[in-house]
Amino acid sequence: MSIATASNTADPRRPVAIIAFCRAQPLGAAGLIVILAMGLAAIFAEAIAPYEPEVINFGAMLMAPSLEHPFGTDAFGRDILTRIIYGARTALTIGFLSSFIGCTLGGLLGIASAYFGGRADLVIQRFVDVMLSFPIIILALVVVAVLGKTELLGIDLNLVLAIAIPIIPRSSRVVRSAALSVRAMPYIDAARAGGYSAWHIITRHMAPNVLAPYLILLTAYIAQAILLEASLSFLGLGVSEPKPAWGLMLAGDSSNFYQEAPWMILFPGLAISLSVFAFNLFGDSLRDWLDPKFRL
Amino acid sequence: MLRYLSRRVALMVPTLFGVALLTFIMLRVVPGDVVEVKLRADGGHVTEEILQRERTRLGLDKPLPTQFVDWMAGLVTLDLGNSMWTGRPVVEEIGVRIGLTVQVAFMAAVISVLIAIPLGTISALFRDTWVDYVVRVFTIAGLAVPSFWLGMIIILMLLTVFNWSPPVTYTPFLESPLQNMSQLIWPALAVGYRYAAVVARMVRSSIIEVMREDYIRTARAKGVFERMVVGRHAMRNALLPAVTIIGLEFAFLIGGLVVTEQVFNLNGIGRLFVEAISRNDFILIQALVMLLAAVFVTMNLLVDLLYGVLDPRVRHA
Repeated sequence: MSIATASNTADPRRPVAIIAFCRAQPLGAAGLIVILAMGLAAIFAEAIAPYEPEVINFGAMLMAPSLEHPFGTDAFGRDILTRIIYGARTALTIGFLSSFIGCTLGGLLGIASAYFGGRADLVIQRFVDVMLSFPIIILALVVVAVLGKTELLGIDLNLVLAIAIPIIPRSSRVVRSAALSVRAMPYIDAARAGGYSAWHIITRHMAPNVLAPYLILLTAYIAQAILLEASLSFLGLGVSEPKPAWGLMLAGDSSNFYQEAPWMILFPGLAISLSVFAFNLFGDSLRDWLDPKFRL
Repeated sequence: MLRYLSRRVALMVPTLFGVALLTFIMLRVVPGDVVEVKLRADGGHVTEEILQRERTRLGLDKPLPTQFVDWMAGLVTLDLGNSMWTGRPVVEEIGVRIGLTVQVAFMAAVISVLIAIPLGTISALFRDTWVDYVVRVFTIAGLAVPSFWLGMIIILMLLTVFNWSPPVTYTPFLESPLQNMSQLIWPALAVGYRYAAVVARMVRSSIIEVMREDYIRTARAKGVFERMVVGRHAMRNALLPAVTIIGLEFAFLIGGLVVTEQVFNLNGIGRLFVEAISRNDFILIQALVMLLAAVFVTMNLLVDLLYGVLDPRVRHA
């Protein structure tokens, strides 16, 4: 973990930065293309998907992949390709929201810890130690148990929080170590002498200077969050039927159809793997590009 | 060394106490408790009086601080109470299942490390050749493939090729070690892929880093055989970060097992945990969380200690 120093070719605020990134990191560009494709599929699901995701059609149960149903149909006669396209919406929304909430809260906590230092830092870090003692999925499961089911605008809020909370201590550790060196910069002393409030200094002076590790964490944890959402949905503790979600498509009775309908488990799993793969690829390249010394 | 050790062990106590307190507080803000889940599961009408009697029986009507103190006293004496669902002692519930989980985790860890170290080394030594690319794709994929899905694919292949499906009950190791291993190797592989991928990536990058060091150039300049340079000079230094990741990723392995045990019908700790969560069995949940957190914290400590043993530069005062 090192100081967040963006090299001059790598200023994320310039629009041409995307072109420069794609040139320098072809693998990352490939990841980005997959992510963009997923994003488009998620946004325009209604226009792209050939069928309705939740309409049951007993006339078309367990059909093998064909021209009408490229990925086959499930035990309720629902088109699997359609459910995968709509599933991208679920995965991306929950993945992005939970990573964003987790990294932002964790980042602010880390910067505050570095800024105040001393006893406040000690207390926050001991608390972070405690949070870090829970393996990620264990903490997420406990939060799921605690929150029950709460939906907001069709998004499972409990699930978003369950995934975001384990991210907070992990991202705060990384951001804190980057913020410690920013804290030592003369311009922070200048801002303090200028009489700015702690909140102002943290958000306006320190946060922009730890943007690189923040962005790296954000993409890395979207991948983790998608995996975690799939795991929780698979366990029956995440997104629930009849909503389309990749992990859910692998759950329940789909395991009874291993031999008759292998496409039921093949395609949703590929969708999970491909999206996580794309985010990992993009995140890795972003790290190399923004901050080669950064270790996650 | 002994003083350092005792200080580190002593530092674990407040952390684990924090875990206990946090878990307890989180679980007690749950609106629907186990009594309601248990008695109203069939949709039948249950009077408030019956609910109250059941709560009293389980000790849920006592004030929260009393409940916490009771639990802490129990933790120290390893009396973790009875499961709110089955009524059997928690220690017993965990005891009958822990062996299976530990065995699978251990098998997965051993297999993964044995695969990962040579794989990472080869990848580093043949950097930017096709060998390296194959290994890198294999390892990046390992981070993306969910272990439970990999488990399903493994079962699907075994079904199609050997007509084998996961047994309802697994043969105990002591009864027939060979049969037991041949059953458990599959979940171990499913959950170990990610572990192997992470370790191999770490080994690769740290060998690449070490190979740039001055002492490698010195060794080469002295005319040491390349095999010795890699085996003696590079590997020893490069394996240190690998040790860290092997320890830290062990917690991930357990997390993977929580999900993968479902796929393979393994009656282990992970499945017990998921059942406890869906039944709001507080007593069992908090016991399992404490167990897993303790394992995690202990692993971290072991990694730190091992680091000191392996690397004389980090001898602790």
